[in-house]
Amino acid sequence: MKRLVVGPFNRVEGDLEVTLDVADGAVRAAHVNSPLYRGFEQILQGKAPADALVLVPRICGICSVAQSAASAQALAAAMGVTPPANGRLAANLTLAAENLADHLSHFYLFFMPDFARAAYRGRAWHADAERRFRALSGTAAAEVLPARAAFMRLMGLLAGKWPHTLALQPGGSSRPLQASEKIRVRRQLREFRRFLEGTLFGDQLEAIAAIDSVAALARWRAGRGPGAGDLCRFLMIADDLELAKLGRGGGTYLSYGAYPEAAGRWFPAGIWDGGLRTLDSANIREDVSHAWYAEAEAPQHPARGATVPMPDKPGAYSWCKAPRWAGRVAETGALARQAVAGQPLVRDLLAAGGGNVMSRVLARLIEISRVLPAMEAWTEQLAPGEPYCVVGEMPREAEGEGLVEAARGALGHWLSVKRGRIHSYQIVAPTTWNFSPRDALGAPGALEQALVGAPVGEGEEAPLAVQHIVRSFDPCMVCTVH
Amino acid sequence: MNLLWLQSGGCGGCTLSWLGAEGGPLFVALADAGVELLWHPSLSEASAGEARALLAACADGRLPLDILCVEGAALRGPNGSGRFHLLSGSGAPMRDWIVSLAARARHVVALGSCAAYGGVTAAGVNPTDACGLQYDGGSPGGLLGADFRAGGGLPVVNVAGCPTHPDWVNETLIALARNALAREDLDDLCRPRFYADHLVHHGCPRNEFYEFKASADKPSDQGCLMEHLGCKGTQAHADCHMRLWNGSGSCVRGGYACIRCTDPGFEDPGHPFAETPKLAGIPLGLPADMPKAWFIALAALSKSATPARVRENAKADHILRAPTVKKAGR
Repeated sequence: MKRLVVGPFNRVEGDLEVTLDVADGAVRAAHVNSPLYRGFEQILQGKAPADALVLVPRICGICSVAQSAASAQALAAAMGVTPPANGRLAANLTLAAENLADHLSHFYLFFMPDFARAAYRGRAWHADAERRFRALSGTAAAEVLPARAAFMRLMGLLAGKWPHTLALQPGGSSRPLQASEKIRVRRQLREFRRFLEGTLFGDQLEAIAAIDSVAALARWRAGRGPGAGDLCRFLMIADDLELAKLGRGGGTYLSYGAYPEAAGRWFPAGIWDGGLRTLDSANIREDVSHAWYAEAEAPQHPARGATVPMPDKPGAYSWCKAPRWAGRVAETGALARQAVAGQPLVRDLLAAGGGNVMSRVLARLIEISRVLPAMEAWTEQLAPGEPYCVVGEMPREAEGEGLVEAARGALGHWLSVKRGRIHSYQIVAPTTWNFSPRDALGAPGALEQALVGAPVGEGEEAPLAVQHIVRSFDPCMVCTVH
Repeated sequence: MNLLWLQSGGCGGCTLSWLGAEGGPLFVALADAGVELLWHPSLSEASAGEARALLAACADGRLPLDILCVEGAALRGPNGSGRFHLLSGSGAPMRDWIVSLAARARHVVALGSCAAYGGVTAAGVNPTDACGLQYDGGSPGGLLGADFRAGGGLPVVNVAGCPTHPDWVNETLIALARNALAREDLDDLCRPRFYADHLVHHGCPRNEFYEFKASADKPSDQGCLMEHLGCKGTQAHADCHMRLWNGSGSCVRGGYACIRCTDPGFEDPGHPFAETPKLAGIPLGLPADMPKAWFIALAALSKSATPARVRENAKADHILRAPTVKKAGR
């Protein structure tokens, strides 16, 4: 058995170290370490409750709006206020803009550049991938960054700026879009649609969203020539490298549900493990047995949890806690969100090969094709002249829960207010679920499981298969530990 | 000119803000200015051992390092060990990496308020004993010490902001590459003066409401955010309303207060961020350089002269009353 320590693990958001035990050309065990602690849960204690809106977005520069949204929801629950329709729509648009921009950054800037590596020279697609996706200098980066920046003009309109806006308030949005601004938002959405359809998909968004099975995906591909968009490039590489056989997930997929509409969340909340289960957040516990924190007698629900660093704790190997749903390890992200929401291709991918590098990446792209048209519809529903924000009072003693979906999956905030101040604020981020260390029963976290069996070539110090698997989760390490 | 970008106790938001730079492909613009990105944690191909080798080559002088950019605060805890952030794969505190790389760099740039002064990472009880590269809050010192000078002779250049603006970063980097940034181009807190010599108030679209002290009461109101909702735009050093964010935005344009995020200590204002602290009804934080008595006198005068249009629109989320249209004389 040989031990490899892989780090710094770049092209993920934040700091990550992966320790691999390797034998006979494959990973036998993995330990995932989040090596940066900042202590936001400690920083928040004693602050005025509304100050969370300033502080928590700054947990993460890439999931900043998701952190805002969870905080606004937790505060709204504690205050007993409900945003008016305009506020809800503006928040949906803002969060969706962040989530789509994140999916795009992940695909083009974080994930695909690995296929441009010299190690793949000799593959039929390598020269094309190198020209297109090479880190920093590929042709894709030169097209995607301006398209992304143009799309983020939405944030200037909807939220003042990105990251770190204060526009998402418990009572709605501080930014009342007027009729002419609706036209500007629509224009940015249409411009981004043209980029996605021309460059990423090579087809209309609706046609992508309508692909309803693995067989239908094969038929769709058969009808396109080479160079018909970057999705086709990805699918070709995925086939050749058998990415669908890499990084198999544990089989339990969790989503809090996203984008509230008048009749409930558009993407519903739930657990998918081959069948759909109800998700009751009361069944969540955070285990800290292998994390550098003081332990309570038993894993606690986040509403009762604490964050007390213990840097010398024996047996611990990460600053990441280990959240579990009903005692189970769960994976979260676009794959989980779309599986729970019943997207037929994603469910078929899971039935065919489970969560894996290919299905995780494809689920994000499918989600892009579904969410942009929804953003166009939400924009039409904005009703200037009607209120965007209502006010409320924070009681001296109150509790609130905020559950949202960041690009990377389920994000929860649990707030308790005593004597008018934040008494406790606990955050469980998507990558806390995905990259958790072992729990008290020794069960490895989702990534730790997915890495077992990954091939390791002779002399590989940072195995490429491991890098693909890790990046397929689109981890956000600054959220993970916060 | 090569550039090495590291992240420590921060959120990565300055990188993400930077990726939103407008005006053509970002990497092409940098290359055009002669800036070569040696390594960036979110963007480069080199991983793990390849990246460690590159950092080590810079740290021991085998590879010349022109610009070291650091994003995020330096974490000194727990108990001075720096173990709240170990550079993964190296077993060594990131703090130590920053110190040894800064000693070799021709220029050191702190990107964002965390790297400059400690920022939000140092808020509240400052659990990680976070500080800036050359400041601990507003006090000179920090990780590298008040006397630190990079190889090129400058102290750490503080491109403060939370996040920092993409063009504050680009214009600083390009100025360094062109050898066009001198000590006198930095203000007393070592921020580039091209943006820090302005106030957020300059170009504020709510200026008419400010002039008449017609104030917003709640988020989404159109009025001035200074009197009740915590806005510090008249004291904050930045050109946010002159260059704008993400095309057409700013904090105030987004309907919320400027929290003075380019200043040390902004993270702990001593009052709730979105409430204006007052004494006998007068806001405590007055516009920069303005005598208090004059402000009070002018505020009282302008309040009494407020047009009904301005007064009514201030407390609404859309225009209730348009400016009068002058009939053309015959």
